[in-house]
Amino acid sequence: MNFWNDPLKIAADWLSGILTGWGMPALAAGVLVAFIGTLLLITLLMVMDIFLVWLERKVVARFQDRLGPNRLGPWGLVQPFADIVKLLIKEDTTPEGADRVVFNLAPMLSMMSVLILWAIVPLAPVILGVDLNVGLLYIVAAGAIGTLSIIMAGWSSNNKFATIGAFRQVAVMVSFEIPMVAMLLIPTIFSKTMGMNGIVQAQNTWFVILSPLGALIFLIAAIAELGRAPFDMAEGESELVSGYNIEYSGMKFGMFYAGELLHALTFGGFWAILFFGGYRFFGLEKVSPFLAVVIFLAKALVGYWVIMWVKYTMMRIRIDHMLAFNWKFLTPLSFVLLMVTALMNVLLAGTGWIYPVGMFLSNILVAWIALEIVRTAGRRQREKLEAPKVAAEAHH
Amino acid sequence: MIPLSWYLILSAGLFSVGLFGVLARKNAIAILLGVELMLNAVNINLVAFWRYGDVSLMAGQVFAIIVFAVAAAEVAVGLALVISVYRRRNTVIADEIDLLKW
Amino acid sequence: MTAQQIIFLIVAVVTLGSALMVVISRNLVHAALWLISTLFGVAIIYALLNAGFLAVVQVVVYIGAIAILFIFAVMLTRKDQLEGGLQLNNGWWLGALIALLTFGGLLGMLQSWSGFSKVSADIPAGYDTVNQLGNALTSPAGFVLPFEVASVLLLAALVGAVYLAFNRK
Repeated sequence: MNFWNDPLKIAADWLSGILTGWGMPALAAGVLVAFIGTLLLITLLMVMDIFLVWLERKVVARFQDRLGPNRLGPWGLVQPFADIVKLLIKEDTTPEGADRVVFNLAPMLSMMSVLILWAIVPLAPVILGVDLNVGLLYIVAAGAIGTLSIIMAGWSSNNKFATIGAFRQVAVMVSFEIPMVAMLLIPTIFSKTMGMNGIVQAQNTWFVILSPLGALIFLIAAIAELGRAPFDMAEGESELVSGYNIEYSGMKFGMFYAGELLHALTFGGFWAILFFGGYRFFGLEKVSPFLAVVIFLAKALVGYWVIMWVKYTMMRIRIDHMLAFNWKFLTPLSFVLLMVTALMNVLLAGTGWIYPVGMFLSNILVAWIALEIVRTAGRRQREKLEAPKVAAEAHH
Repeated sequence: MIPLSWYLILSAGLFSVGLFGVLARKNAIAILLGVELMLNAVNINLVAFWRYGDVSLMAGQVFAIIVFAVAAAEVAVGLALVISVYRRRNTVIADEIDLLKW
Repeated sequence: MTAQQIIFLIVAVVTLGSALMVVISRNLVHAALWLISTLFGVAIIYALLNAGFLAVVQVVVYIGAIAILFIFAVMLTRKDQLEGGLQLNNGWWLGALIALLTFGGLLGMLQSWSGFSKVSADIPAGYDTVNQLGNALTSPAGFVLPFEVASVLLLAALVGAVYLAFNRK
């Protein structure tokens, strides 16, 4: 096995060989090599983050029928570097009366909760941080840390708007975790494992074909978890003066902003892994691990583009509508879908081509019934509201 | 390797700290924090005994999961009670909620 | 000193230190944040004990839900008074004494137990703990009844908490 087939192992062995040659005990050499690997991954992610800032601004510009940054460098590619320099040279303020330690810790925790997600992302069959067999739960756990960082940011700013924004954002995030966890169980049912690599390897047919409604609900719940529009309660510039971001300026705000973009790319990646086959593309991934990485990144960027598309097309939803949408529609629907999927999985087990067709049709059926229920409820509510008006008209 | 005694000492220490928190704090929410510490200590004990006994007997881990569920339920109801009391009596100091005392 | 022992010692010191800060801290939100640090330490202890599923569930349930509940409750019940002074009640020395006696009593009782310094047996390679746990929780010969009863308990707690905190206007 050479470098092009199994890059991580070859590089790690070579490096720890050098270190033990210098006299370091094998255990310490292993730890140091792992540390260097982590550092390398984080560096690559942060470089990708800079690219994402440019991508975001160009894409939003095109959606809004304008050009976007195009002055600095070819196609404005140097723009994010200028942004970073501006953020770095800004004064590092802490508001008076704010809790210093918590205030400064919050952006670090927010960035940390995104970076630790990449430990379980399989970039290629042999390039991944750790093949955790409870990888799906790990995603939810990292989301919990992100939720915590928002509360810390909102509370420690000593500012009423920040606190309200943080509370609303956390209420949305905690509520939408439930349909997300239910939808995370659907790839588990199909692939009989919670480990990310196992889920990708089990996708001989992409899971989006087996469960399109599941992919859709996961996307909606993920967008709510990310705190992006149309669920960006915390960043409502016109409503809450930027929510928990108010008192943060300079690089601390930069960490929140860049962390949010990287989080969106990460969840684009998870959408790709869980429902679109991850690094697999009709056998191309067996050619070389680096090709698999390229395939995965391409799919993750497509997922990220879908998330951006939703953000720049839809308006922000009001907080009580958001929560009602989750508790009254999305959660029951996701539980019903989970039960139907589990049932169909058992009923259709082992029947060749009927399995994907049956799963797909059951999903469409559940979605159609749900929409019919919502339409009936909506029509009834509309009639109730318009009945006095109709009666008033009849009186004339 | 780590002997079992280390885990048991850790959980005994955590339990005692939680007990001190329950007995010595004024605020009702702080008392609930102490209860959480005690539940975590018990969980460490259960999982340690599972690991150092027969690993195929899943009772240890199942017990720990049920303790998770019970702790979550208890915290939810306890905090709802504290908030409800705060709305009526405008205090969360445990000593001041003494309407039924003789 | 193997690596595992070093990691255990560091994590144990951090956990116990954070627990002490929870019960001593004057600012209640700080106490909740120290609780989060303690819970994280406990999750790492679970990972050291080869209970990976429990470690992740600990982070999701305790840190992601219970700790956030605590922070919400603390913020909803502030009286905007400056929380100065020690937050311990009048009989705190008795509480400390009882806690110390409990600790000493537990340790004394355990010392006399024969298996106190047992070393763990290795887990056979390829033994899937999560799979076994899932089987135990859902098989009728296992623990499906306590599992279902726990779900009913959570439902009761959910209904109770909503009813108690409901603001009837």
